[in-house]
Amino acid sequence: MSTFYFIAFLSVFFSILVITAKNPVHSILYLILTFFTFTIHYILMNAQFLAIVNFIVYMGAILVLFLYTLMLINLNKDSEPLKSNLVKVAAYIGGACFFITIVSALKAFNTSQLVILTNPNLGLVKNLGKILFNEYLLPFEVSSILLLSAMVGAVLLATKETKTA
Amino acid sequence: MDTAQLIFKLILVVAIFAISLLIALYSTYAERKVAAFFQDRLGPNRAGPYGLLQPFADGIKMFLKEEIIPTNASAFLFIAGPSLAILTACIGSAVIPWGQKLTFGNTVIDLQVADINVGILYIFGVVSLGVYGIMIGGWASNNKYSLLGAIRAASQNISYEISMGLAIIALLLVTGTLSLRGIAEQQHGFWANGYFTWNVFKQPLGFLLFIICAFAETNRTPFDLPECETELVGGYHTEYSSMKLGFYLFSEYINMFVSSAVMATLYFGGYNFPFMDMLSKIIDPNWVTIIGVFLFFIKIACFIFFFMWVRWTIPRFRYDQLMDLGWKTLIPLAIANIVITGIVITFLNR
Amino acid sequence: MESLSNKRKVLIQKPLNFWERIYLPAIVKGLSITMSHFFRKPVTIQYPEQKREFSENFRGMHSLKRDEEGRERCTACGLCALSCPAEAISMIAAERKKGEENLYREEKYAAVYEINMLRCIFCGLCEEACPKEAIYLDGDIVPSEYLRKDFIYGKDKLVEAPLNQ
Repeated sequence: MSTFYFIAFLSVFFSILVITAKNPVHSILYLILTFFTFTIHYILMNAQFLAIVNFIVYMGAILVLFLYTLMLINLNKDSEPLKSNLVKVAAYIGGACFFITIVSALKAFNTSQLVILTNPNLGLVKNLGKILFNEYLLPFEVSSILLLSAMVGAVLLATKETKTA
Repeated sequence: MDTAQLIFKLILVVAIFAISLLIALYSTYAERKVAAFFQDRLGPNRAGPYGLLQPFADGIKMFLKEEIIPTNASAFLFIAGPSLAILTACIGSAVIPWGQKLTFGNTVIDLQVADINVGILYIFGVVSLGVYGIMIGGWASNNKYSLLGAIRAASQNISYEISMGLAIIALLLVTGTLSLRGIAEQQHGFWANGYFTWNVFKQPLGFLLFIICAFAETNRTPFDLPECETELVGGYHTEYSSMKLGFYLFSEYINMFVSSAVMATLYFGGYNFPFMDMLSKIIDPNWVTIIGVFLFFIKIACFIFFFMWVRWTIPRFRYDQLMDLGWKTLIPLAIANIVITGIVITFLNR
Repeated sequence: MESLSNKRKVLIQKPLNFWERIYLPAIVKGLSITMSHFFRKPVTIQYPEQKREFSENFRGMHSLKRDEEGRERCTACGLCALSCPAEAISMIAAERKKGEENLYREEKYAAVYEINMLRCIFCGLCEEACPKEAIYLDGDIVPSEYLRKDFIYGKDKLVEAPLNQ
């Protein structure tokens, strides 16, 4: 349990650093560390497959692309324009609303029961695969079609301009 | 896990660490020697007999060189880059099964550091993490050549990871397990049930795709565009000097060693060799295991030699050719491979 | 335009056929070529231990010759220094004393004779200018040194070893 609290503390700590870091590249690096702590959380829950997929997809691919894009931005200049006061006020109001919602939500619900897994090996690849391809086959396939359509859409968006030009 | 097992695991970890560092060290020597032989030269032969002490001389030189951190570089990340590169290179070898189990009376010793059931994916994750060392180092140098090298490394690794993953998926359809130990055990011996047991005979196209991607992932020629000297001075390590540069160069060789070990395990039977069952009837099974480990290292050495052989044969790709090959050739081929494998497996299981 | 020499060749770029397009046969061919070189005898000559034979008219380090009786031939006339296009040679002449007849052939000899090997271009003009056949560039390659002053060769390095030794 102490491991959990330590890792949980690290996740929160790094995610705060993500939003407070001045340099966007540093912020991305903290985000990588945050995702790494998530991976450890998954391992603590004995969800090895999910852990490793989180590791590969988020840390290995998506954040590399984030970093890749940020490297191409000229960070030396203060290219970020000053926000108008109206936007600032709107941001404050929005943030406050969100905060109130979360606090009230926490108050409204009682402390939940601890989720106890009936099968501790649920997160292993074999069991996960069996459940995914038997009970949840339809949602799985639908989500894959969703991803495919997103991919086709991205390709269409990318090729559109070259045709007109 | 009792204390004896724990101590043995610790010894194994240290041993594998030492062996991979030693192999990486001698890979630098072998690279120079092999290059020399391919070019009708002699190669390093002054330090020690046949130049065998050359890597140590190089190491001492690297340590004694001046450490330079550029003024405008971000110092922490500049140091973190090579450290991350060598770290990710080293941890890859944790899931590779080096041999069968050794049995001494009641104690059974497993020649694998961690038999996790997602071994293949772990390797894959470590490989995908490897690019951070290059990217962080390249960006932190605050140099346009380093940045270009880092960007090339990132886009190249991401592009080739996809076809590598697809090649592995086709292999997983055949093996049905993600554990490297399981995959190695399925390839027991050489011939069973009227066909070869080694996966290279079941997945020839997959192996070809995998080895091409392995070349790209380890940044070896013909895919060494991140450190392409003719265009980018030194690529991502332009600003690096001393042992930090040494770490980058070293991590490349460790990566080469680990990817050779992975290829040998996945496709070339790992520690298995022909007639091992017959041999284990004649002599003590422990000896068979030791022969297996030895042959595994021979296979790895052959792969490392192949890496070098290709380096001194094929010229570097142009960047658009690299991307064309990755996206327009390898990925369609890999998908076709998955489809064909799936059809054949359903057909055979009927 | 019409080609005048009729030697012009029109470049025909045929599209690659299937085997050429998959590259693998070409790669295998290349690998076999490099492999054939792998077992070839190295052409390296390991310099300090093995030496390549010099051509007959090779001009290397200078040597100041002695005559049949072991006397120095040089008479310090200075013609070599005069002819030298690189101004590498300098000398101080001295008169032969009584009892030194077995050392110097002529009545005048070079007390100091220096050649700056960094200046010398090994043209051989000193050799041709010498009326006494005292200087020849028949030596080895000039070895490397750490300091510039070590390249100024005096008589200790230039004069031929005495006969009776």
